[in-house]
Amino acid sequence: MATNAPTRVKKLFNKVEDIVPESLAGLAAAHPDIVTIDAANNVVLRAGGPTPGKVGLISGGGSGHEPLHGGFVGFGMLDAAAAGNVFTSPVPDQMEAATRAVDGGAGVLHIVKNYTGDVLNFQMAAELVAGEIEVASVVTNDDVAVQDSLYTAGRRGVGVTVLVEKIAGAAAEAGKSLADVTATAVKVNGQGRSMGLALSSCIVPAAGTPTFELGDDEVEVGIGIHGEPGRRREKLASVDEMAEWLVSPIVSDLGLGRGDTVLAFVNGMGGTPLIELYVAFNSVARILGGQGIAIGRSLVGNYITSLEMAGFSVTLLKLDEELIRLWDAPVHTAALRWGA
Amino acid sequence: MQHALEAWLRSAATRIHEQAPALTALDQAIGDGDHGINMDRGFAAIVTALDGLPPVDPGKTDVAASADLLRLVGRTLISTVGGASGPLYGTAFLRAAAALAALPVEAPPSTPAVVVTALEAAVAGIGALGKATTGEKTMLDALVPATEAARAAVDGGADTAAVLAAARDAAAAGAAATEPMLATKGRASYLGERSIGHRDPGATSSALLVDVLAGVVADADVAV
Repeated sequence: MATNAPTRVKKLFNKVEDIVPESLAGLAAAHPDIVTIDAANNVVLRAGGPTPGKVGLISGGGSGHEPLHGGFVGFGMLDAAAAGNVFTSPVPDQMEAATRAVDGGAGVLHIVKNYTGDVLNFQMAAELVAGEIEVASVVTNDDVAVQDSLYTAGRRGVGVTVLVEKIAGAAAEAGKSLADVTATAVKVNGQGRSMGLALSSCIVPAAGTPTFELGDDEVEVGIGIHGEPGRRREKLASVDEMAEWLVSPIVSDLGLGRGDTVLAFVNGMGGTPLIELYVAFNSVARILGGQGIAIGRSLVGNYITSLEMAGFSVTLLKLDEELIRLWDAPVHTAALRWGA
Repeated sequence: MQHALEAWLRSAATRIHEQAPALTALDQAIGDGDHGINMDRGFAAIVTALDGLPPVDPGKTDVAASADLLRLVGRTLISTVGGASGPLYGTAFLRAAAALAALPVEAPPSTPAVVVTALEAAVAGIGALGKATTGEKTMLDALVPATEAARAAVDGGADTAAVLAAARDAAAAGAAATEPMLATKGRASYLGERSIGHRDPGATSSALLVDVLAGVVADADVAV
């Protein structure tokens, strides 16, 4: 709590415990045509209520990753997003409220990032509506920095979550069934992989101190999105070299090769300017080009962040015609908008 | 027993508030740096819930009133803590409540046996939900040895205070033993080898709760 912090951390808030509700209120004040807020539950809802007959899509997680998830609520993407405290999974009551609010009679898909807390809380929420609303869930786990083995909680859900929300959202908007929308979400998760690195740590507002310390010449490689330390520490290198650290494991994990087409997503962690993200994208494009892998679609910007952390992640999604069509479908949210 | 539980929960809330920065610091080393903050929020909510409780129905048995209290605590933790700790600790209290509610009303076992039964149910609930076992650098590394020590003490004829003292010592040793462990569950598992050398925050908060419980029961002023 703030009372335990030695000094006031230099961040924009009134009271530290009001950061999440006031940020959500700001989102709604800025985009009243797109979202409304269920303030009792810290849930962002699509303005206009559920669409009858459409599969409802909800996601959620700890706050501090903005615009994920609330910025992706709107036409062509999510129907609701539950916001937890900073880096803390929301509680089951929130997802229960979101699920009930978006149910248009065709079932609800929960899009969950693979973290123990998120998985457990969504699971409990699904149990709370069992027998009343049909709920399916897809757990994103695209982070190649984590060994997927008995010795970890499994790969983390990171960048691909944004792509799942967009593409499954388009499938739901097209009137697909819950089973079909779920299958599309599972397919995107299966064909997408990510890895990230940090140039700096981040400060959880209520903690007031950086989550980890990083030397001026060091980068943390294989980070998640919660300021948790990564798997190894390296000396700062050229962006060409650092992009290679991220792209190589993804390409080999997906088995990408000459003739494949991908969506290349270079994501900022929150504290890196766009000029640098485009430098990084240029490196990624050069690496992929050198291997004969075509970039069919791209996304560059801060979409799944870790507060003010500097750094970037790369997500590659292997594309086919179906995924390209769904990616190109109209979307109108606070953070992503085209064709609508 | 219901009075002792309430005294424990209030005392635990105070200790968790004091220890919140230390728990958060442990979590910054191998997790996401919010364990103390979340536990503090959850136990503050428990105190608020306790303050708002109506007087206990005099027609209720002590065991039934205790089960009600544990259920309230479980629900409060699930609704306020978030992260993995909320569902895990919350489920522990709900399972303990269910274990008490299932005891025979006519001939309830001795208090030490009731305490161990509740503890065993709580810990089994955590293991089942988290799909974890001992040696994975989690709260179970404090709670499983604590439960085993408590069971051994009950079987040896110990009274409630002695049973909980045994549990407290085992929990403290278990939490300390997480330091050299390689995490294979929860967020610390993402660090791999780098999780070694740090004490697990969940095991630490678990040991703290057992410590406060043993302290409250050892206090002669609180009737068990």
